[in-house]
Amino acid sequence: MSGSIIRIQNLNVSHKGIPILKDINLTISRNKVTVILGPSGCGKTTLLKCMNRLIDIYNGLDISGQIHLDGEEILNRKNDLTRIRQKMGLLSQRPYPLPMSIFDNVAYGLKIQGVRNRTELADRVEYYLKQVNLWPEVVDRLKSPASRLSIGQQQRLCLARGLAVEPEIILADEPTSALDPLSSTCIEEQFMKLKEQYTILIVTHIMRQARRLADHVIFIYLGEIIEQGPPAEIFDNPQHPTTKEYLRVGH
Amino acid sequence: MKRRKLIDQITSGWMLLCLFVVLLIPLVIGLGLVLKSLPILQLYPLSELLNGSDWKPMAGHFGFKPFIVSSLYVTLISFLIAAPVCLLSAIYLTQYARRWLLNLMQPVIDIMAGIPSVVYGVWGILVVVPLVVRLASVWDLKTSGYCILSGGIVLAVMSIPFILNILIEVFQTIPTELKEASLSVGATYWETIKFVLLREGFSGIMAAFGLGISKALGETIAVLMVVGNVVQIPGSPFQAAYPLPALIANNYGEMMSIPMYDSALMFAALILFVIIILFNILARLAINHGEYRC
Ligand SMILES: Nc1ncnc2c1ncn2[C@@H]1O[C@H](COP(=O)(O)OP(=O)(O)OP(=O)(O)O)[C@@H](O)[C@H]1O
Ligand SMILES: [Mg+2]
Repeated sequence: MSGSIIRIQNLNVSHKGIPILKDINLTISRNKVTVILGPSGCGKTTLLKCMNRLIDIYNGLDISGQIHLDGEEILNRKNDLTRIRQKMGLLSQRPYPLPMSIFDNVAYGLKIQGVRNRTELADRVEYYLKQVNLWPEVVDRLKSPASRLSIGQQQRLCLARGLAVEPEIILADEPTSALDPLSSTCIEEQFMKLKEQYTILIVTHIMRQARRLADHVIFIYLGEIIEQGPPAEIFDNPQHPTTKEYLRVGH
Repeated sequence: MKRRKLIDQITSGWMLLCLFVVLLIPLVIGLGLVLKSLPILQLYPLSELLNGSDWKPMAGHFGFKPFIVSSLYVTLISFLIAAPVCLLSAIYLTQYARRWLLNLMQPVIDIMAGIPSVVYGVWGILVVVPLVVRLASVWDLKTSGYCILSGGIVLAVMSIPFILNILIEVFQTIPTELKEASLSVGATYWETIKFVLLREGFSGIMAAFGLGISKALGETIAVLMVVGNVVQIPGSPFQAAYPLPALIANNYGEMMSIPMYDSALMFAALILFVIIILFNILARLAINHGEYRC
């Protein structure tokens, strides 16, 4: 399958009349890594949270526009939220393991989905822990609290937790900003591997990471997409002066 | 340079001293109570004092069981009322309600905590006691209204601001991102609260409940005004009772001419003290157990 998986049309988000996202129109391709760039506070996190409607838990935000996922309207209030959210795995800036064991962290989403069979749970947990390269490090302490893992391990655990519900899309919000270089590389390698099965949206401030990962780059400034295109164009031949400035300082 | 270092040392010395005093207070109180209870402890075996239900100081019968049972009973009832009310309110206020409602509740809680207990007692007599009589009549039960249930209700209302205050704090300190993590794998809001927030806040919740219980066990005046003060081992919550603090408050300074009475009241205080310590240890154990699990 190829082509677009998400289509965003005229998305506007504002808080008390102050716009956070302005008239976002965007198409995201299936099985590609889309990198979102932009200075702090420009609305990158907000854009990601619109996609899985986590934005709903904040009071006082006005949202309008459309986000189509596989032709389904995400922002439609009538749609089943939990099902929409399961289509997207979320990886946040810092890892937030759930207050339970390593095993239960990965099994959490599965149990929510109603998987009760113990062997099936164990198999799936093992599979996803292996997929994020965490299995050898935790195999003999699956029952111990997830909070005892190192930050880098926790982030991989969170990735496994997200993957376990079999999403189509991975939303990663600066997933390596709290990690050491080695753990960062590890996560990056996961993404390279994962993009065969998933569509990945990643926010990052690290230019080199963006370059390494991106199939498509979006540059947001003050809530607006001011430039987008393939990495070769954006990085080597930016058109918009703000993009130029950002890339020059970022290097 | 030297002066700053000296000041630094002196201030930390002061802090240590203050800490020491704070640590010493319960020890000194405990020791004082033990010393004062010694006369009665030497005269009667401990089991007879704790297990006996005969209370006739004039005749030299000191059975504390009715008072101990009354104390625990009233506390249990108040806990059963206050705990769920506080937990659900705290969850609602921090997770569902709009910001302004929480801002409105803060001063309300502070005011509730500041109302003198004698006022709660009067409110109990005027409002709770008649209500309990009405409630009892539904099941054709006879009660004066001055009973365990009234005491429990008044106590619950009194401990709510304290428990609620801590619980709100507990839920507010849980990072939003943790909720987001749970929601993002498809959990509903309620599942997130049940599986993640309650677990993450477990030790805080236990601490809040522990404080509530300690407060309920020790509260005196308000309970004394509505609980009936009859020496008996109460069966139903519609029967009167006589908790330990009420025993001490009602009788201390009077009837001291009766032999051993003074020592008996001190022993009552000691029992209360020990019960509170035991509850706190239990709460601690629960907290540690919870932390280990998570
Ligand atoms: N719940 C909210 N209520 C009000 N304003 C918000 C809310 N969430 C975000 N904003 C505002 O929207 C703007 C964009 O925030 P956002 O977190 O999306 O930025 P960002 O691009 O992710 O920045 P960073 O790179 O620092 O993470 C900010 O000015 C922020 O103050
Ligand atoms: Mg952000």
